[in-house]
Amino acid sequence: MAITEKLSQEFELGFTYTRSTGPVVGRFLTGLRDGRVLGIRGSDGRVLVPPPEYDPVTAEALSDWVEVGQEGTVVSWCWVSEPRASHPLQQPFAWVMVRLDGADVPMIHCLQAPSAEAVSTGARVRVTWVAEPRGHITDIRCFVPVPGGVS
Amino acid sequence: MRDIAVVAFSQSACVADIGAVNEVELIMPQLQAVYAQVGLSSAQDVDFVCSGSCDYLQGAAFAFVAGVDALGAVPPLKESHVEMDAAWALYEAVLKIRTGHADSALLYGFGKSSPGELPAVLSQRLDPYYLAPLWLDTVSLAALQARMLLDSGSITESDMAAVVSRSRQNAQANPLAQLAGDIGVAALLQDDYLLAPLRRGDCAPVSDGAAAMIIATVEQARRWGVPYARLTGIDQRIESHNPCMRDLTDSVSTRQAAAAAGVHEAALDVAEIYAPFSHQEIILTRALGLDEAIAVNPSGGVLAGNLMMASGLARVGEVFQRIVNGDARRGVAHATSGPCLQHNLVAVLEGA
Amino acid sequence: MSTARPDVTGIEAPVYLHYHFTAGTAPARFLVRLREGLLSGQRCPRCAKVYIPARGSCPACGVPTTEEVLLPDRGTVQSFTIVHIPIPGNPIEPPYVVANIVLDGANISFIHLLSDCVNEAVRIGQRVEAVWRPPEEWDYAMDNIRHFRPLDEPDVPVERIGTLPVSGPAVPR
Ligand SMILES: [Zn+2]
Repeated sequence: MAITEKLSQEFELGFTYTRSTGPVVGRFLTGLRDGRVLGIRGSDGRVLVPPPEYDPVTAEALSDWVEVGQEGTVVSWCWVSEPRASHPLQQPFAWVMVRLDGADVPMIHCLQAPSAEAVSTGARVRVTWVAEPRGHITDIRCFVPVPGGVS
Repeated sequence: MRDIAVVAFSQSACVADIGAVNEVELIMPQLQAVYAQVGLSSAQDVDFVCSGSCDYLQGAAFAFVAGVDALGAVPPLKESHVEMDAAWALYEAVLKIRTGHADSALLYGFGKSSPGELPAVLSQRLDPYYLAPLWLDTVSLAALQARMLLDSGSITESDMAAVVSRSRQNAQANPLAQLAGDIGVAALLQDDYLLAPLRRGDCAPVSDGAAAMIIATVEQARRWGVPYARLTGIDQRIESHNPCMRDLTDSVSTRQAAAAAGVHEAALDVAEIYAPFSHQEIILTRALGLDEAIAVNPSGGVLAGNLMMASGLARVGEVFQRIVNGDARRGVAHATSGPCLQHNLVAVLEGA
Repeated sequence: MSTARPDVTGIEAPVYLHYHFTAGTAPARFLVRLREGLLSGQRCPRCAKVYIPARGSCPACGVPTTEEVLLPDRGTVQSFTIVHIPIPGNPIEPPYVVANIVLDGANISFIHLLSDCVNEAVRIGQRVEAVWRPPEEWDYAMDNIRHFRPLDEPDVPVERIGTLPVSGPAVPR
C-alpha cells in the first residue's frame, strides 16, 4: 500500500499590494520622480538618505530636508554574477553601498559595471535615471562609475 | 526569579529537500522524541506551547496554524507562535515560566525552505519602500557586510575559509549535518565566488527540518526525574532594520545581550553560534568575547546545515546536550534573525 | 520633469514569490487514491477516529496516523450554506449549496458542493452520495467528485452525525 508517487506543483504566490507613502517617504519619492535626491537631517546633524520618518536616535519626527549630490563614494560592494529575474539589472552587476556627496550614511542600490574588476571600495559613482520616473526607488535605474573617479 | 531547566531536545537531520513531508509530518517526530525523553504522553502534559516558523518559506499561508495538528489540541492548549526562529519562542516561554504563568513549556521550530527561493523570500523582510522593491537578497547583504570586514583589514578570506573548514570538520561527528568533510582552507579558497566576496562554502546551505525542546522550572525537572541543564541567563536585542544605519562590522546587539545574559560571569567551555555566513561567526565570536579555549560550534554550526526558524533553538539544544552528556559544564548559545545579524539572542546554560 | 504633477502619496508594491510545492505523505496518499476513484482516510491509533483528508496526525491526540481506511462515497450533511453571491474566480453560478459532508465511517467532515437537489430542502442529517466525473477525467483533485446529491434514505439524527460505521464498499462508481 506504499504510495511511491511524489506529487509536486509549481505555483506563484502574488501579493498585489499598494502602499501609502506618508509625508517623508512620499517627498523623497517625489524628489526621485523629479530627478532630485533628498535626504533628511537627524538630531545628531547627520544627513540620512534615503530619509527615515523618525530620528534613529531620539525617535522624533524629522523634517529638515537637504538635497544631496548625485555622485558618491562606494563604501561596500558585492558582485552578482547571476542576477535573479526580479533584480533591477539583468546583466551581472554589483550591489553597492554608496555615500552620496552631502550625505552621512550610505544607501544601497545597484551599480552597472563591465565586471567585478571594474568595481572597488572608494570608487566614485553617480546616479542614472530611468526614462520615465514614477516616484519609486527604481526611478534610480542604477549607479554607474564616474570615469577616472577614485576618492 | 524562578530557575529554568532545559530537560529535552531533539532535532531532525538537515536535508536539502525533504520532499513529501508536510509541516505536521516535519514536526511530529521531534515532538514524539522530546516527549519520550521526559516520559510525557503529549503536549497536554506541559503548561504552555510556543513555536517559531515563517509561512513564506514554503508559501503555505497559515502553515503555523496547520502545525497545531501535530500537538493534539483536545482539550485546547495554551499556545503561542512567533514568526521568528523558535529561539524567540524559547524566550517567550522563559518569560511565561519566570512570571509564574507556567511550570513547563514545549517549544518547536520548523522550516521547509526547499519549495521557495529562500534568499528572495527573505529579501521581503527589508524596508518595503527603499530596499524590498530592489529584491536585495540576504546573501547579497551578507556579501556587502563581508566586504566591509575585508576592507577594514580585520579579517581575510583565509579567516573566513578557516571558519568553513572547521565547521565541516566538526560536522563529521554530527550525523544530522548536511555538509561535512575534511576540507582545508586552501581547497576552499580555490572555489569560485558565489557572490563575491562570498564563496558557496561561506554561506549556510538551505535545509528542511524541525527541532523541539521542553523546558520547565528546576522543581518540575526534578519531579520528572530527568537530567537537565539550568538556563541561567537569556536576553535579546534588535538593531535598526536599515543595514546602512548600523556598523555591520560589529554586533552591538549581541554584545549587549551577552552582557545581560551574564555570559562572562563564569568560565565557558562551549559556544554554539548562529552564523549563517562564515564572516558572521568571526563578528559574533568577537562580540561574545570568546577566547581560543572555548569550543565554538562543535556541531558544525549552521554552515553545516541551517534549519530556518529552528536553528536558533537548535543552538540552545546543542549546548544543552553537551552539558547533560558531561562534555561541557557551562556554555553559551546564540540565535540571530534578520539581515546582517539585525536581531540577536544569547542564552547561557550550566550543569545542574 | 513637470513640477505640476502631484506629490507621490503611494506606490505599487507587488510581490510575486515562486514555489515548487510538494504534498506531504498523508495528503499525497489521499490524492493518489482519489485519482483511482477511491476515498482514503487514516485512523488514529489512540482514539480510533478516522480523518479524511488526513494530514498525518490525529489533531485531537497529537500522534501520527498511518493506518489507511478506504471509505464509501456516501455520507451525511453535517452543515451547509446556500451561496447567493458570486465569488470572484469561482465559475459556479449562484445560488448553490456548499455542505460539510461526513462520509460513513469517518469522524470528520470535508466541504463539497451539494447539487441535483432542491436548495430549500437541504437539511442537516440529510443522506448524500458522490457524483463522480467519468474516470478518464480523474486527476489528483477533489473535483473528481463533481458534487454530492441527495440519497433517498431517512435522515441521520444530529447526535449520530459523524459516528456512523462504514456503510458499504469503497469502490469507484
Ligand atoms: Zn486520536
